[in-house]
Order: sequence, then structure tokens, then C-alpha cells
Amino acid sequence: MLINGVQIDDTFAEAFNMRGTRVIITAQNLKWAYHAANAMTGFATSVIGCGVEAGIERELSADETPDGRPGLSILMFAMGSKVLMQQLETRMGQCILTCPTAAAFAGIESEDHINLGKNLRFFGDGYQTSKLFSNANGMSKRYWRIPVMDGEFLCEETTGMVRAIGGGNFLILATSQPAALAAAEAAIEAMKLIPNVIMPFPGGVVRSGSKVGSKYKTMFASTNDAFCPTLKGVTNTELSPEIESVMEIVIDGLNFEDIAESMRVGIQAICNLGEASGVKRISAGNYGGKLGPHHFKLHEIMGKKAV
Amino acid sequence: MNALTFTLKKPLQLSLNCQLLNSTHLADKSPSDIASMLLHYGNSQCRVDEIFEISGDDAQNIFFKNSSHKLDYLGANMASGNMVIEGDAGAYLGYNLKKGEIQCQGNTLAYAACNMVSGLLTIKGNTGDFLGGASAGLRKGMRGGTVIIKGNTGDRVGDQMRRGLILIEGNAGDYCASRMIAGTIGVFGSVGEYACFNMKRGTLLLTKMPKLHMTIQDCGFHTLPFLSLMFKSFAQYKTKFSSIQTLRVQRFVGDAACAGNGEILLILPTK
Repeated sequence: MLINGVQIDDTFAEAFNMRGTRVIITAQNLKWAYHAANAMTGFATSVIGCGVEAGIERELSADETPDGRPGLSILMFAMGSKVLMQQLETRMGQCILTCPTAAAFAGIESEDHINLGKNLRFFGDGYQTSKLFSNANGMSKRYWRIPVMDGEFLCEETTGMVRAIGGGNFLILATSQPAALAAAEAAIEAMKLIPNVIMPFPGGVVRSGSKVGSKYKTMFASTNDAFCPTLKGVTNTELSPEIESVMEIVIDGLNFEDIAESMRVGIQAICNLGEASGVKRISAGNYGGKLGPHHFKLHEIMGKKAV
Repeated sequence: MNALTFTLKKPLQLSLNCQLLNSTHLADKSPSDIASMLLHYGNSQCRVDEIFEISGDDAQNIFFKNSSHKLDYLGANMASGNMVIEGDAGAYLGYNLKKGEIQCQGNTLAYAACNMVSGLLTIKGNTGDFLGGASAGLRKGMRGGTVIIKGNTGDRVGDQMRRGLILIEGNAGDYCASRMIAGTIGVFGSVGEYACFNMKRGTLLLTKMPKLHMTIQDCGFHTLPFLSLMFKSFAQYKTKFSSIQTLRVQRFVGDAACAGNGEILLILPTK
């Protein structure tokens, strides 16, 4: 498949089942909401080393948040519910509780719940207060008010936890490193507009895509040598001679459709730059279809109409 | 189907226990079954049709007409449906209410919403002492649900209240929120003496400075973000509390006499 001179490989991205949650962070203004959210989603690029993959989904205006202040929605994903619970509580305690004026609320409804402020309340040392508020539908939610030095930290007791998908991806193959990065930036800008997904790596982009296994016994993942341009002559390369740089975009999301749509808009944004931008091919990472149950086929995705 | 309507035939001399006349208990009963049911009247019993004219057949919507303060336990133990009382009600209105809505268009005697578990009770007139309190011998009062009072209340509102919301648009008597364990009480008018006496936890929301006893401690002036959520949750009840625009309060904590951590939040006028 060729779009505007850019070749789309006949391959697929292989993705895995994960558990996901959404948290709404509010603060006195967006600046402090970003401070809190950036701390909470920091060091959360890959479950391999961070436990969770997390990112800021989007900005929320004051009328979209429970307490009427500006905020951000955060998505967080892990391989299992236990890890997700642990990571959420730790990050809530160290990043949101500590951040001036910040408050945290559930961002997703589901049958499964995980603790948001349920255990954090004990920081209040007996001075914490719970409040149960009901809405017009008769649904009640419990909130905790924890006295802190700037006033009160307000936090909902739990948030929802849902089944999610992690590891949607595509690779950008370009004739130079600047060209690959410019294309990745264009893709990320477009993909940020899609709800229910995050791109958890720095700036949304990964330069160190990995393969399973290593020559070293202690390593269970190592550099994806088939896509390393400096190894073209010494490995079973996937790269043609003119390719000098490859960047990857990894996508985690709450459902298959939104991940596919984010891949589509990202790839389309790159293709819109045209062959002259230096981007030659779009490919995807997979393990032969044997490990992950979710396959995002590039040709099928790019053949779809815009949603 | 028409609402099941009980119209009081004549003024009563003694108290009538009406706890059987609710949606839950009458759900499967025929009109003749309802008419022949026996109610406690004073120290004797009498048939329902001796006291009330009965019409309609929809037990999920019950009306009481010509109602008086001699009708005790209206809506007691109700677990579904709606009840409208056109007139006054006696003591124990909404006793142990589990679900559903009760609206009393007149005044009531003491112990309204006593032991209430859930649901909505609205009283358009005044009510007596121990609103949302516990019945004799119990250590916990109201355990959930919402009570809206358009008029005034007697003493000991929310005595030993464990959970739930009481909003009073008028004034409350002495010992408001006494021995309160948790929950929220809002009083738009004034409260009497000894508010929050022996209060453990919970919130008493006031718009006027009360006369406080010495074991209630002033914690200063604050802007509390949680109030925006609380006022948002109040909006559905369309009370005077919906007019509050500020998150600025003076906070008092107590009752220190029992190492309590309850609070009075005094709403400060917007500048």
C-alpha cells in the first residue's frame, strides 16, 4: 500500500490485554494540575521497568470536572489489577497528595473499583473526614477530606478499573533522524485528539524499540536489531539502504477501536507530509501473532474511513 | 391505575398506628383485604375502612387526605413507592424508611425519619423533636437517605445520626446535631443552644452564627473545595441551600468534651 509516496507495510501491531483506569486531577489552575499530572505519569513509560504505563489523556475545562476547577484526565495501564492498584496508590500518595491545591476524582465508571483515596485517608491521622454525596440518579460517591498544610486534600474514595489494551504501535522509517522525529511529532499531535488512548513514552515517541529475549541471560528484552540502522550489515535487517532512522509510537487504550483510530490518524498525519519529508515506510512491531491477542493490521486500519 | 387513597372520615381522638399502610405492605393486597386490615387505635384495634374511605388501586402511589397529627408511623418500614400526605402527620413519619419517597404537606410530630435507612422524606411544614434520631434503646439514628424540611424543627435534630442528609430551610431547636456520629445537617435559619453537644463526627452547615458552648473550638476561616461538590449534590432538592454561592466558611470543631471531630461550617456571606 502506498499513501502519498509513503509505503505502508503489509504487517500488524501485536497488542496485549491490560487493566486500565482513569483519574481526574484538578487544581487551582491548569499549571498546578499539570505539575501534579506530570509527576504522577512520570517514570511510567513501560510496564517492563515502571510497573505501569501512564499519560495525560487531555485537558478538562472547569465545567467538565467534579469540583468545577480546571483539570486533566490521566490514563494508567498495568498488566494486572494488583500492580495497577499498588502503583496508583503510591503515585497518588507521592504525587497528588503532595501537590499544592490538587484534588483527585474517579474518571471512569465500572463494576471493578480500585482505591484512590481509600487508604490515603490515613495520612489524616484521625482528622480525616468522609463525605457521601449522591447525584440526581441516586448514585452515591464517597469522598475523603484530608487536612494538609495548604488546606484540605479532597479525593474520591475509589475509581473504576476496566479491561484495556496495551502495545498498539507503528514504526516510522525515514532517511534521517530529524525526518523521523518530525514525522513522529506530527503523528503525536494528531493522535492526542483521540479519546481513551495515551502514548506513554517521552513525547509519545520511542527510539529504543525492543525484541523479546537477549544473548544475556538476565535480560528478557533487548534492542530490536532488525530495525537498528547502524546494524544493517551485521544483522538480519528489515531496513533498506536509504533508511537511517526508525522511531516507534506505542499506544495504550481503553478499547480496540480507539487505538486503531489513533493509529490511523497518526499514520495519516505522517503520510500527509509526503515522501519528500524523508519518511519512506510505515511498519509495525509484532511477535508473529503468537503472544498478543489483539492484531492491528496496518492495511485494514488505513483502508478505513475517518471516524 | 389510580393512586390508592385513604381519606380520613372524621377527626380522631386517639393515635392510630398506620405502619401497615405503605406501598411495600399493600403491594399484593386486594381492596377488600386492605379494608379489613386491623390497625392499632389507642389500646384497641379497628378496621381500615372504619377510619378511612378507600379509593384507587395503585399501591405504589399512596395518598392520605384529611390527614391529622393522630396518624403515627406513616410510611414506616416502606421499601418502595411514593406516599403523599395531604395534611399533618403524627409521630414517627418515615420510621425506618428503606426506599421510596414520602411527602408530607403539613406539619408532623416528633421522631420523623427516625432510624431512616434510605429514600427521601420531604416535610413542607414544621416537625417536632428528634428529627432523624434513634428510637428508644438504639445507639444509632438515621443511617442514610435525605430529609428536606421546609419549615422549622424541634430540639435534638439528628441525635445519634449515623449517615445521610438533613436540610432544614427554617430554624432548628436546641441540641441540634447532638451526639451526631456522621452525616450532614444543614440549617438555613437559626439553631438553638448547645448545637453539636457531644458530637462525634459529621457536619452541621449553618448560615447564621449560633451560640456555641465552650467545648466547640474555632478553627478559623477557610475556602473548602469539597463544598462545591456538596452544593452540587444539594441542587437536586431545590431548597434555599441552592442559593449559596460561596465556598468560604468559618470552621468550628467539636465536641471536645467527648474528643469529637465533628464540624460546624458557618457559611460566610459573599463580599
